[in-house]
Amino acid sequence: MNHSATALVAAHAKARRKGWLRYSTLRKLVPYFYVSPATLLLVLLMLFPMVMVFKYSLMDGAIMKKTAAFAGVQNYVTIFENPVFWQSVAQTLYFTIMSVVFHFIIGLAFALLLNTNRVDPLIRSILRVLFILPWLFTAVIIAIIWRLLLDPNGVVNSVLMALHIINFKVEWFSSTRTAIHALTFANIWAGYPLYMVSLLAGLQGISKELYEAAGIDGANGLQKFWYITIPQLMPIIISIALLDFIWTMQVFPLVWMTTGGGPIYSTEVLSTFTYKLAFSQYEFSLASASAMIILIISMSVTYFYIKHQQRR
Amino acid sequence: MAKRSFKSSVLPTILTYLGLAIGLVFSAFPIVWMFFSSLKSNTEIFALPPRLLPDDFTVAAYLTIFNDPVKVRFFINSYFVAGVVTGLTLLVAIVTAYGFSRYQFRFKNTLNIFIISTQTVPPITLLIPYFGMVVAFRIFDTYLALILTYMVFTLPYAVLLMTGYLNTLPKELDEAVLVDGGSSWTALWRVIVPVSIPGIVATAVYTFLLAWNEFLFALTLTKSMDLRTVPIGIQLLMGQHAFEWNEMMAMSVLGSLPLLVLYLVAQRYFLAGMTAGSVKS
Repeated sequence: MNHSATALVAAHAKARRKGWLRYSTLRKLVPYFYVSPATLLLVLLMLFPMVMVFKYSLMDGAIMKKTAAFAGVQNYVTIFENPVFWQSVAQTLYFTIMSVVFHFIIGLAFALLLNTNRVDPLIRSILRVLFILPWLFTAVIIAIIWRLLLDPNGVVNSVLMALHIINFKVEWFSSTRTAIHALTFANIWAGYPLYMVSLLAGLQGISKELYEAAGIDGANGLQKFWYITIPQLMPIIISIALLDFIWTMQVFPLVWMTTGGGPIYSTEVLSTFTYKLAFSQYEFSLASASAMIILIISMSVTYFYIKHQQRR
Repeated sequence: MAKRSFKSSVLPTILTYLGLAIGLVFSAFPIVWMFFSSLKSNTEIFALPPRLLPDDFTVAAYLTIFNDPVKVRFFINSYFVAGVVTGLTLLVAIVTAYGFSRYQFRFKNTLNIFIISTQTVPPITLLIPYFGMVVAFRIFDTYLALILTYMVFTLPYAVLLMTGYLNTLPKELDEAVLVDGGSSWTALWRVIVPVSIPGIVATAVYTFLLAWNEFLFALTLTKSMDLRTVPIGIQLLMGQHAFEWNEMMAMSVLGSLPLLVLYLVAQRYFLAGMTAGSVKS
């Protein structure tokens, strides 16, 4: 203690000798020293590649040709004239919106079920662990599980036929009529736990007094839910839903491993459309333009997400 | 009176249990089915009528994997890449989070927004320039390419989770070291890191999970079987032997195991960290 106090005094004296200004300038640099490694890495791995992809999108024959020529907005025009692009946009929107809505509904339902005190606490904590499981599985494994379950000879068809809900073996992932719905269902299964975990934390943070006060005023359970629970959870719901919207819009491995975008483009989404342009057709310039479009959509939703986070 | 108490207490309890049971089937049935399929023979997997438990338990699928050096390599690669990425990410994230949580500085808000928005940049957008860069720098088909590019999406979460955690620690902790004449660097490693173990564990588990699950970059930035990770291994298996379901299920079980174990061990820290990170960030 005494020793370090002496060291401190010595340091100050030394600093004063060298000039107070310089010492304080150095002190001001300390926070930048701490945040610089992550900043540098992210600039190198994010800002620089983004500039590159933008540059690629304005060129003709990026990556493939040594001297790629400037092409202006031609790549964007080509993308917009492609009917498969617009089909992918529509399918991405369907997949994303259905996923977000059902993630929320299932996540909220499970959170409410786990938050009640009607059930033994031990059962609740065991179920809480089990209900999160789908979230821990890799997209590739989720794809494989659902390909097994939804195989024409699989257990889902067997059960549905035994219950007389269907009377023939449905080819869930290989029929143009059902593939996008089967894919969306698998994604709904995989993604609700994030909502469940966050909403459960939110539910536990709502003050009991609000419900008691409402009870004295004669509110019933449904009214309490609608006028207290939902408004109190709203900030969390908006945050998670915006993030989920952005992430779901970008889903690649699940689609790639279940349907690969087929049959006949019926499950093509923006990410698979872009990936095929780049790595099946080696049209890196067109793929870059397509990737820029996804980036712009993502960043516009991110803008609302950040606005929302800062208001809280 | 009796009727009223039935309606107000017993019925809701029954409905709650019913809801939880439906939830259990919905969340766990596919996973349980996967697990038991890995212990069936290939002919039994699509047996009619379907049965959950195999008639003859067999670990043949697991033995096939363990005896195939190519498949064992997929696991070694995944453990190695995810392990290195987790270590490096933690190192950078702890230092950065300390800066964010303990100091006020110019551009702090801008930098914070930058890090939050990196979470939402589409991987497919980065993939194309990464491919170009990795080829240009001659690191295509190397561990380095994977480790470096994975950090772009593990780092933002790790920084946000760690900053959230450090913000919960009282400033008196490290100020005591500063008053004693120590530097903030000493305070970070001697005082803050030891008391942040729960936050570090949560961040490590989440980082490992992200790196272990990565598919798109692993698919595109590596080519040789020596460097393929588990998700790509499963995809290749699917393409080559489309009908060996029990083996694919066994691969899936083995591929999920590290995440399940990590999650069950660190569950308490993990959920606390996650909700702090995703809800409040």
